[in-house]
This record gives sequence, C-alpha cells and structure tokens, in this order.
Amino acid sequence: MSTKQEDIDVSVWRGDPHSGNYENFKVPAQESQTILDVISWIQQNQDATLSYRFACRVGMCGSCAMMVNGIPRWTCRTHLNKVLNGNKLVVAPLRNLPVIKDLVTDMDPFFDKWIAAEGLHHPSKTRLDPIEEIEPKSIGRVEIDTGIECINCSICYAACDTVTNNSDYLGPAALQRAWTVYNDVKDADKQTVLDAVSGDGGCLNCHSQGSCSVHCPNDLNPMNAIAGLKRATVASLFSRKG
Amino acid sequence: MIRPHRKHSLWLAYILHRISGFCLAVFLPFHFYLLALALTEPDRLDGFLSWTDTPIVKLAEFGLVFLLAVHFFGGLRLMALEFFPWSTSQKTLAALAIASAFLVATIFFLQVI
Amino acid sequence: MNIRLYVLQRITALIMAPLTLGHIAVMIYAVQDGLSASEILGRTQGSIIWFLFYGTFVVAVSIHAAIGVRVIVSETFKFVGFTLDAFAWFVLLAMLFMGGRAVLAVTLL
Repeated sequence: MSTKQEDIDVSVWRGDPHSGNYENFKVPAQESQTILDVISWIQQNQDATLSYRFACRVGMCGSCAMMVNGIPRWTCRTHLNKVLNGNKLVVAPLRNLPVIKDLVTDMDPFFDKWIAAEGLHHPSKTRLDPIEEIEPKSIGRVEIDTGIECINCSICYAACDTVTNNSDYLGPAALQRAWTVYNDVKDADKQTVLDAVSGDGGCLNCHSQGSCSVHCPNDLNPMNAIAGLKRATVASLFSRKG
Repeated sequence: MIRPHRKHSLWLAYILHRISGFCLAVFLPFHFYLLALALTEPDRLDGFLSWTDTPIVKLAEFGLVFLLAVHFFGGLRLMALEFFPWSTSQKTLAALAIASAFLVATIFFLQVI
Repeated sequence: MNIRLYVLQRITALIMAPLTLGHIAVMIYAVQDGLSASEILGRTQGSIIWFLFYGTFVVAVSIHAAIGVRVIVSETFKFVGFTLDAFAWFVLLAMLFMGGRAVLAVTLL
C-alpha cells in the first residue's frame, strides 16, 4: 500500500444457508496485509459475529479459501495489494459449496467426493513384507509428484464450472487425488479407482476449462491429471474388450 | 459480463467450442433442408442460392465457416490434450486454433466476394 | 457422460477431422463462381465417392451433435434421465433423416 492511513472499502458476504447480502466495512490499510488479515481485523474490531475459517496462516492447512473479488483464493497467502480493485475488496464464501454462515462453507460435499473418487490407498503388501523401493525418477513417481502437494483447500472445486453445472461431478481435487493413487505402483486395486472415476459423475465430464489449474494456489495441474484418467479409462475399456 | 474466475484463455477456448458447436448443430438442419430441395424443388434451391449473393449473407457465410473451422481446430486441441500427455502449452494451442480458424474463414471469404 | 458416449464423441470427431478439411476445401473451390443447383448437382450427382464422403459425414455429425447437444441441455437446462435420453435420440434421428435425405438428393437420386 502506498499510504498507510488509507482506508479500503471491504464488502463481506453475511448470511445463513437461505439468504444473505454484502455488508460494507472500512478497514485501515497496512503494509504486507493479507486478505485474512483484513477479515480478521473486521472480526476483531468491527463485528465479532463475523464467521470465517482459518488455521495455519501459512498456506499449509487449506482452510481459509474464499472468493476474493470473484476469484477463489487462499486468503492467508494473498496480499491485498495483489488483488485490490481500485480501493475495493469483495470477499464471499467459496462457490459450489453450501454456505453455513457468512464466509464459512460446508465442505462435506467436497470431502464426500474425495472419498467417492476412491483416492485412498489399497494395500498390496502385509507388514511382514519388505518396503518396496520406489525410484524417484520413475515415470509414475514423477507423475505423482505433480499432484500430491494438494492441501484440500477446494479452490479448484470452487473455480470449476462443470461442478456448478453438474452436482454429481467429482471435481478436480478428488480426481487429481485418484490420479496419484492410480500411478502408485504400491497400489493394489487400480481398477477400483478407474471404476470410481469413470462413472456418471466422473472424469469424462471434464470440459478442460482449466480454471482448476489456473487458480490452484500450489500451481498444481488437475486438468492434466483428469486428462490422464480419461486416457486410462479409455485404455482399460479397450483392453477389457480385447 | 465474464465472471473473474473465467477470465483466462482456456475458459474462453471452452466457451468458444461450446457456442460454435451449438450453432453448428442448429445450422445443420437448415443446411440439410436446403440441399434436399435439389431433389424436390430445384427452382426454390436456386432462388435461395441467388440470395447468397447479397453481402449480408456472404458475411453470415464467413461466420459459418469460422464456426466450423474454430470447432475443428478447437476439437483437435482438446483431443491433443486428452490423448497426448505432452501437451502442456495449451494456451498456445488455443490461440493457434483460433488463428487457424480465422485464416480458413478469411480464405473462404475472399473467394465469395 | 458415460464412457460409451465419450468414446463415440471422440471417434466421430476423429472420423470427421479429414472430412471437414475436405468439405472446407470443396466450399472454397465451389463458391468461386457462385453457387447454383445445377453446379452442385453437376459435381456430385451419380457419384458413389461423394455419396460415401457425405454419407459418412452425416452419420458422424449426427452422432457427434446429438451427444454434444445432450451435454449442453443436461448442464444448462438440467435435463435428466428419460427426458435427456429422449431428447438426444430425437436430435440423432432428426439429423440422420434430414442429412440422409440431403445426401441422397445431391448424389444418387
């Protein structure tokens, strides 16, 4: 911020699951101020009833994502001067998820789909077997590397219009998780993963709009992961027939 | 108004592909109907075809060829993304698809006028 | 979108890719001296090659368009289940009928 004493106009969504509206606040601008700082300042100085969610404040936990001037962002790592529109800031709860109160969304659909996409480990060994060695430069392991830094912040899920238009769609994060499991040589049940991601709400619904990859705060590329699942799904169809 | 989270080239490529595809699907029945006139009423077909000499129809034809070309190149881009793991430069491909479509439509346009 | 529709959508797209190029080339060539019924028929009538070319095109585009429009109405207008399938089948059959009639008109009959 150029001048420290300047106030910024902040519109914050207030409401419950059924209705709501934007409420305006004046917040003093400070140097190196994040969106989460702004929201916290309002809650501590203007309206103690403002509800929002955060935990780690350093971009690890994935709990503070909100819509900031229309774009889903991790608010703890987003500097105000990067997103300020003139002197205005609009903060709203994440898209595509039900609102509980104010800026807090119900993340259940997001995590339910995470489970539905079968993004969990299917063991291939017992505790008596030696640990399998994974070559860090192997193709599958390199592919996994592009997806495992996901912090479950749901920004991609909020950015995805296919999720908006199709409530059954599993969404970018869950599918990317499934892609990392699919590429894990230690996973014993890849067909279960493929079956889970190729149904009616699965990877084939993706229109490659790319908003997931554009807005991912960790620069992951769920769109590419979903393309990988599409290839695997089609390949398994032909190999099963043939 | 395009919402902020959609303001990037891949989303624009998506909406262009969807709109062009939809418009082509709406256009095709008319196209088929006109051509079938060759069988039933060739005079009426000729009446329509002479109408295509007017500038406004020529411009509309330019639009149609552009729709076809942009859906064609956009579709190739999508299939490259889906079938080949190497396509990381999607933005470039999206831009290339639109540029190629313009080129094809313009060549067509220069032939009609 | 299930796997059957997804694969059909891509296969018809791949079939149409060279056909579309051919069609655009024909268009650019054909419009050079203006269009007339006799000019079109003179090029295409009685030609088994053009019948196969445009016949394949019509079948592929009917499947491709029906699946594409199906996705659009399901996402935009929230059609589901029987309504959605019936709509897609209607688009497919209508386009096959009209397209087939047009191809027959300019090539064989």
